[in-house]
Amino acid sequence: MKDHATLAKEFIKDSPRTDWHDETLWFVRHKRDKAAHSLPEWEQLREWASQIKNHALSNLDSYLEEFEKKALENGAVVHWAADAEEHNQIIHKIIKENGISRIVKSKSMLTEECHLNHYLEAKGIEVVDTDLGERIVQFRKEPPSHIVLPAIHLKKMDVSETFHEHLHTEKGNNDPKYLTHAARLHLREKFIAAELAITGVNFAVAETGGVVVCTNEGNADMGTHAAKIHIASMGFEKLIPKAEHLAVFLRLLARSATGQPITTYSSHFHKPKPGQQLHIVIVDNGRSRILGKPDFKNSLKCIRCAACFNTCPVYRRSGGYSYHASVAGPIGSILNPNFDSKAFADLPFASSLCGSCSNVCPVKIDIHDQLWKWRQEITRQGHVAVAKKVGLKGMAFVLARPGLYRFGGKMLRWVLKTMPFMINNRLNPWYKQREMPSPPKQSFRDWYLKNQKR
Amino acid sequence: MSSKDKILSAIKESKPASTALPVIDISAVISFDDLKAQFKKVLETIGGVCIESVGKGEMEKIVAAELSYVQNGVNTLGAYDEGLPLISAEDLASVDLAVISGTVAVAENGAIWVSETQMVNRILPFIAQQLIIVIEKKDIVTTMHHAYQKIDVAETGFGAFIAGPSKTADIEQSLVIGAHGPAGLKVIIY
Repeated sequence: MKDHATLAKEFIKDSPRTDWHDETLWFVRHKRDKAAHSLPEWEQLREWASQIKNHALSNLDSYLEEFEKKALENGAVVHWAADAEEHNQIIHKIIKENGISRIVKSKSMLTEECHLNHYLEAKGIEVVDTDLGERIVQFRKEPPSHIVLPAIHLKKMDVSETFHEHLHTEKGNNDPKYLTHAARLHLREKFIAAELAITGVNFAVAETGGVVVCTNEGNADMGTHAAKIHIASMGFEKLIPKAEHLAVFLRLLARSATGQPITTYSSHFHKPKPGQQLHIVIVDNGRSRILGKPDFKNSLKCIRCAACFNTCPVYRRSGGYSYHASVAGPIGSILNPNFDSKAFADLPFASSLCGSCSNVCPVKIDIHDQLWKWRQEITRQGHVAVAKKVGLKGMAFVLARPGLYRFGGKMLRWVLKTMPFMINNRLNPWYKQREMPSPPKQSFRDWYLKNQKR
Repeated sequence: MSSKDKILSAIKESKPASTALPVIDISAVISFDDLKAQFKKVLETIGGVCIESVGKGEMEKIVAAELSYVQNGVNTLGAYDEGLPLISAEDLASVDLAVISGTVAVAENGAIWVSETQMVNRILPFIAQQLIIVIEKKDIVTTMHHAYQKIDVAETGFGAFIAGPSKTADIEQSLVIGAHGPAGLKVIIY
């Protein structure tokens, strides 16, 4: 399997597109800053959110039981899935038992994590993704490249070509308004005909047994209110104790994600409408294992706003696909190794450890600390590439021996000055995208010794 | 062992030591001098239109005028067709304009809470091409914290905060109003 660095190399081949990706996401980050700074209590809100999540995670079993009890009283059917396979089986069973063929789905990273669409496709069942960005990538048989902006890796001419092929829009018409309108007409037909609607869950409220789903497009509502069956899939960490806590999270979510004061729709589902079925699937899929790891349990606080993606200098310049996982970016780099520390051994290294991710996180996850801890964990488990291991061991050897370090530094300065071709060649990976610095006349140590004497 | 028991016992075994819930002190959050002006300002930045009327009578006149411009309007403020709660999405797809009332409007973000009772039919505020929400001036609150104090989210089977018209920026981050839901939202404050 290709690692982050190899996949990133493919992404950056197209320089103007890489720059566009970088600048566009930085602009989203800028909008987030403006929204955050408009509230004097922003830091207090983050602290409240973090504490509510910590509390909920530390009492999760009782809150889950409270939630289930209330949801059952509300007339919902509650299912429990230990892993992705069971989640997919539960949904397949509901589809089969009700003889359903027309299914719409709004955005749900959990169903991506469980590869639900592939599972159902293999059984001859088609699911129509209804978020515009997700519909675009679904037509192209691609996964989303960003959890909030699924088609951010594409330009409008790509979308125009895709829509020309699938929706017969005018060839070469790249107007986003025109293309969005075409998708609106196409998807309204799908909504109206839908028999079953699948949604994710942004928040589940223990005290009321309800789930909250946030969208800007209104696609979750169009699907769920048209269909006779609504299935809401949620990882168990979505639970919060009380409805009043929604205020804290809804104030943070959209501001962190896109800089909007709130998403257009924040829909609170409690009871099925007359004649409708409401199913809630509660999924573990490795989460209880994460909960038991003191260094990594904080990652379960994530509310999937993607602020850490937009601020990350590595994500912005390497794109979502270089993370080869359903959740990319800094948060993906600490979540995915929990599932498979060998397959995702490269991800904690796809970071400069600048710490910006932790600073923008609305629930105060220590993302960059966890990245650093994962590096140690992965090294202990022996999943680090040989070249990196040898290099780091060599460096540790030199750094532990001041005499050798000083000699090496002197040698390097001498080589850089007299024989630059020894360093500036293709064997040196650092030379690939950059010029080597001109050598300083003296080392800092020499300078310090000389100036201290004065 | 059922999956439920398996999951719950795994959680019991691995959950961290209990921590306390924070006290949410809402006197510590932002405040605005003029709630109506703040609500209007935010609503306009998120693509909505705000109409201020002086009283219920004038509000009703504005609603009647708006309904007279369209072919297929649904007004839930007065007496409505008794079949409306159960009409299918297919039949509602041709609604040009729906008029509903809201419970609480939020000054900090332009959102309005609408309960299932106020929607009459759950899909109505989402499927109509244009939406009007009417709200009393006294029902504008400062923030989401204040809003949740005034509503009971589980009182009806469904309810939503609606903030502006439906929108997307999924194509090259270009904002387009009118994704799947209403392409226009007018809020009448009376």
